[in-house]
Amino acid sequence: MVELVWLIPALPLAGFAVLLLAGPRLGEPRAGWLATAASAGSFLFTLITFGGLLGLDSADTGGAGGHGGRWFVSTLFEWMPIGGLEVDAALLVDPLSMTMALFVTGVGTLIHLYSVGYMHGDPKYSKFFLYLNLFLFSMLMLVLGENLVVTFLGWEGVGTCSYLLISFWHERPTAATAGKKAFVTNRIGDFGFMVATFLLWTTLGTVSYAGLAAGAPALATGTATAVSLLLLLAAAGKSAQLPLYVWLPDAMEGPTPVSAMVHAATMVTAGVYLLVRLNPVLTDTALLIIAIVGAATALFAALAAVAQHDIKKVLAYSTVSQLGYMFLAIGSGAYVAAIFHVVTHAFFKGLLFLGSGSVIHGLGDEQDMRRMGALRAAMPITAVTFIVGWLAIAGVPPLSGFWSKDEILLAAWEQPDIGPLLWAVGLITALLTAYYMSRQTFLVFFGGQRWEDDVHPHESPATMTLPLVLLAGAAAIGGIINLPLVGDWLVLEHFLEPVLAHPHDFTSTTSTKLGLAFVAVIAGLGGIAFAIRAWLQSRISTDRLEPALLENAFHVDSSISKFVGGPGTKAFEAAATADRRVVDGAVNGVARLVRMIGEAIRPLQSGYLRHYASGVAVGAIILVVWLALRGVS
Amino acid sequence: MGSLLAAAGAGSDFPLLNALIFVPVVGALVVALLPASRPDLARPLGTLFAAVGGALALALAWQFDAADPGFQFESTVSWIPALGISWNVGVDGISLWMVVLTSLVVPIVLAGVDPHHNPKPYTAWMLLLQAGSVGAFVALDLFLFFVMFEVVLVPMYLLIAGWGYEGRRYAATKFFIYTMAGSALLLVAIIATAVLGSPDSGITFDLQTLAEGQFLGQNTARLCFVAFAIAFLVKVPVVPLHTWLPDAHTEAPTAGSVVLAAVLLKLGTYGLLRFGLYLFPEASDWAAPVLVTVGVVGVIWGAITAAMQRDLKRLVAYSSVAHMGFIVLGIFAFTAQAIGGGVIQMVNHGISTGALFLLVGMLYERRQTRQIDELAGIQSAAPVYAGVFTLIMLSSVGVPGLNGFVGEFLILIGSFETRRWWTVVAATGVILAALYLLWAYQRVFHGPPAAADRQTADLRRGELATLAPFVIAAVALGVYPKPLLNAVEPAADKLLEHLEIHSDFEVPDPGDPVVVDHGNGAGEHDEDGH
Repeated sequence: MVELVWLIPALPLAGFAVLLLAGPRLGEPRAGWLATAASAGSFLFTLITFGGLLGLDSADTGGAGGHGGRWFVSTLFEWMPIGGLEVDAALLVDPLSMTMALFVTGVGTLIHLYSVGYMHGDPKYSKFFLYLNLFLFSMLMLVLGENLVVTFLGWEGVGTCSYLLISFWHERPTAATAGKKAFVTNRIGDFGFMVATFLLWTTLGTVSYAGLAAGAPALATGTATAVSLLLLLAAAGKSAQLPLYVWLPDAMEGPTPVSAMVHAATMVTAGVYLLVRLNPVLTDTALLIIAIVGAATALFAALAAVAQHDIKKVLAYSTVSQLGYMFLAIGSGAYVAAIFHVVTHAFFKGLLFLGSGSVIHGLGDEQDMRRMGALRAAMPITAVTFIVGWLAIAGVPPLSGFWSKDEILLAAWEQPDIGPLLWAVGLITALLTAYYMSRQTFLVFFGGQRWEDDVHPHESPATMTLPLVLLAGAAAIGGIINLPLVGDWLVLEHFLEPVLAHPHDFTSTTSTKLGLAFVAVIAGLGGIAFAIRAWLQSRISTDRLEPALLENAFHVDSSISKFVGGPGTKAFEAAATADRRVVDGAVNGVARLVRMIGEAIRPLQSGYLRHYASGVAVGAIILVVWLALRGVS
Repeated sequence: MGSLLAAAGAGSDFPLLNALIFVPVVGALVVALLPASRPDLARPLGTLFAAVGGALALALAWQFDAADPGFQFESTVSWIPALGISWNVGVDGISLWMVVLTSLVVPIVLAGVDPHHNPKPYTAWMLLLQAGSVGAFVALDLFLFFVMFEVVLVPMYLLIAGWGYEGRRYAATKFFIYTMAGSALLLVAIIATAVLGSPDSGITFDLQTLAEGQFLGQNTARLCFVAFAIAFLVKVPVVPLHTWLPDAHTEAPTAGSVVLAAVLLKLGTYGLLRFGLYLFPEASDWAAPVLVTVGVVGVIWGAITAAMQRDLKRLVAYSSVAHMGFIVLGIFAFTAQAIGGGVIQMVNHGISTGALFLLVGMLYERRQTRQIDELAGIQSAAPVYAGVFTLIMLSSVGVPGLNGFVGEFLILIGSFETRRWWTVVAATGVILAALYLLWAYQRVFHGPPAAADRQTADLRRGELATLAPFVIAAVALGVYPKPLLNAVEPAADKLLEHLEIHSDFEVPDPGDPVVVDHGNGAGEHDEDGH
């Protein structure tokens, strides 16, 4: 069964190829259904492969790299073999890759389905699904790649699709700029990915994950830390961590299904995946830095989310913040918690984005929450499912977000160096998260109507509401994949254990765990309660709750833009000018000099013998004088 | 001349390499002799001859033995025996792909690009360009190489001057004088190498005899190498010897730009490999720090200056400087991956940059402008054109799955072993490449189109057919570059072995490949690293 793994990426690739050749001819809605079918087929084969993986004995130590028996590599062909370098086009089936592939294809299929309705009437309907299938293919190559280079293929592939999808409505200058910004910012991270790959290959002589896991213990600490930090750079680009997060809020220019799929559920978790995949390499120093970056990002973005007015911008900053949580988990050594949160976040954030898309759709492309309100009557399914997503992300038990966030906070608490500090930052973030999500929910679905009378909000079609309902179900009960209640219920923990070089052991006593969980729940409820008083009951003035500093996200992005547009552009311009004036100027200068000398010398060849004769005479005199002077000195 | 013709008949089998040179020459003669009343026959007939060359090149690649690191299809005819000069040609895994690239690109652009006037001389010069370039790539005699190297100059000069744009005279003259200056050095160096470096048995210009014998003293060899290198670096071109390129590229007719990028620049990097590294291994090792620096400077400088260009064609020209810088870095990093990557990148650059020049030319045909700020929103009016442009752009940016990545990645991973910090700097070029190309794309293709932009016609069938080979090659070489690598690897290894024998350089081992040990489970790890 695991042998069928190649079909997982092959189906979306085939969908892409068909749409490339015949997309406009298929038209709406067939192009959309074809892409959705390709994605669903991919999900089906992921399930089959997953079944095959479970059939392999996890206790078997015969697998490669000490990973136990649940490790299967399907080599398709040799990609770039030269010298000692072996780069195979090969796919890896192991617990981590399957966990990722399952939610990527699962959530991905729902978003494909949703798009069939959402993109209705768009003149570039088939092209949208063409990109969506290509994205899915790339994302699957990223998580299924057996080595760093195949993962990099997927890594750059999703980046490219992200670029194409953000600037999908390319006549809008903001969309075009956002697409370019996303790609270029990501490339800064890709630079880290590449150099990390070079460094690993040079020191260990392999790029395959089996070889890297086996060789990692032999790495010198300095090298391992360097590799770890380069990987962090890569991950920070793709997963929108400080300071490379700047592209993600802008990426909301893309169609909303893209925001849900690419910029919330799947692509942005690639950085988390990369760090977890290469966990044997990460050193203590690097982990601490990862934890700090994660915690700082979580808090920073949560603060920014508090004061946004655009329904999607709230969710965008929220995504950045939640990704920060995942990095905090990794930095605390709790890799499973990170992946757990990746999965639950895919459910609830995918849901919230699709819900916001449904709202935008229902209001005729309105995104400003100040012109929403009271929509729960007109859009009951959207409202109910959105509320599920809200409670899940707010960490209200027993919804999925509670479980995964709780595990991260516990891991942060146990971080040996600055644990309580990390935990406190995480807790404040949890409070803020509950607050800003409540604010959003109330502004959109509750309170009074703030839209114009000529707007007629309506519930979305079934292709859009069905994914909402299914995702709401997953967001509600998704926590069951890793419940901390009884040891045996930690399904994900046990499943992923073979992938980890250092499985995380929570050392706190049960009472500490319960105490921390209790505090976290109180914080979440406190955030919700405050939001109720402020935004629902209007008992607190909201005037000062949306400070400009937060709305502008501490001016980080605008400062960077100013620098790039100002001194950065000036420096480039100076180089181009120097190229024209100095480098090329020198060339033309030499040419002019040669001509001048030529013209200066030309009168000498006058043809008159007396000129030549006097020239010889003068030369002879100079020579004699010179020799004489030399003799003197 | 008689001996030249005899050369065509030499060898036991069909003299493939000589045919590759002489078929276009015959084509050029036939086209030149066409009656003045039938200029319309020139391009079809010329394309036919060029395409026969292309077919022969494919046959060559098919028959090429990838496992053999040496020169194949060798044929030698004594030419000027008194000076030890002979018509000696052969291919190895490095020159093979240059020959294939040249012989395929010329017929495609001949068929696909309309010169608008004087098709007869235009076609004849293009064919001579093909012949001269192939000749330079297969020449195994220093003198023969020099002749071919110079033969290429003349048609290129005439193509720019005769069929170019407004500033063509200045650009053509600059191109000619600049490369001629390099050629003068090359000629002196070739004569010096042959006169001073020949074995006792007598003067020879035979590349293999001179390279394998290494008869020159260290200092003389280094001097000769410097002269060779400067001639080639002008051709590549590297910063700061590059300013003839943007002018030549921008003013050249589309076909000229394509051939200039795809073929002529490769004479520089190919020359560095064949008449630099192979002929002067010790001097190459000695000069390597300077050369890799020059390469990296080209990567960065080319990218930065490309970003600020206002003319789309000039931008592509500057991107060439950046791409060629990668190749120079790869060649002088002295590892199999870097050199192999360099050769692949030579092919890739021909495909990607060649196609970009075609695309810019097609846009100019429609809009009579290449100024970036005079264009906008082209994607709305010409989605297919925009799609092809996007794919080629991504290939140029080095997105994996397309050809550009393979070359760039191999160069960088190979260079990292021997030139770590240079490579780190060069790798920032991948960020800059995304910046300048995507920015240009945004300004030209995105945004609201003006009235004139809305009128921009999409690709015609013929244009699509012209671009198709480039698109197919970009994808095919990105996904499955193995056949190319297989042929390049033995030649690269042989070159490195030669380098190791004749210099102090030792090719490093990429780590000790880790043996995947089953017993090395999750339990045992060194504690200090974690």
